[in-house]
Amino acid sequence: MNQSRRDILRMTSVLGLGLVGNLFGSLNVFGAEWMPKSFDAKNLADALKELGVDKYTVSSDVAVVSAEIAENGAVVPVSVSSVIPNTEYMAILVEKNPSPLSAAFNIPEGTEASVTTRVKMGGTSNVYAVVKADGKWFLASKEIKVTLGGCGG
Amino acid sequence: MADPMRIRAVLNGDKVEVKVLIRHDMETGLRKDQAGEIIPPHFIKTLIAQYEGKTVLDAVMGISVSKDPFLHFKFKGGVKGGKLNVTWVDNLGDTRTDSAIIS
Repeated sequence: MNQSRRDILRMTSVLGLGLVGNLFGSLNVFGAEWMPKSFDAKNLADALKELGVDKYTVSSDVAVVSAEIAENGAVVPVSVSSVIPNTEYMAILVEKNPSPLSAAFNIPEGTEASVTTRVKMGGTSNVYAVVKADGKWFLASKEIKVTLGGCGG
Repeated sequence: MADPMRIRAVLNGDKVEVKVLIRHDMETGLRKDQAGEIIPPHFIKTLIAQYEGKTVLDAVMGISVSKDPFLHFKFKGGVKGGKLNVTWVDNLGDTRTDSAIIS
């Protein structure tokens, strides 16, 4: 475990708890609410904190599936999936984007915990799948190399 | 009025495979136009897919979802002829609902 991860854990253990209740209380009503703090977070640690991820396990039961190399960072197909029972929530984060959180999905019972979408990537970066199942958080990542960035002006 | 979505919903075994292609600029608010002015953000924030009134996927999106967003997912419990509705809402309050009949 490296120092920055320990920092994340320390911060989230203090600040995350109140947020978790609040966030996931509101997600259970009709339609998910957009979470400005999570989407505005400027780095991975803050984004995870705002999502309410306090402790997590890196799991091989969670997968980020994509090509190794994306030629066009404006359109990078990414799948996130989980074979953990009772997966209820999945998020996609691109670590080096100006705002890492890209999209998040509530997975109701009966829906497969596997979603494919397309994201923009400013450059080569680790892409994270963050999964919640039975109240616990699991994480997986994959580096996607980008030859032409998709966030510039 | 926003452009219609293209939705495909196909029953395959016990699961309905859904593909949704949305026409939307998904403008980040980080880009500048040729005059150097920042192009204001315009992006979808929430999306919900419902089968016969039951939510089968519920998504929130940020600016880094690609222009013309695409989603692919599968759910159980759908039958041929059943109706799937997809609704999105963007940051300017625009919204659109389209539907597909499961084939």
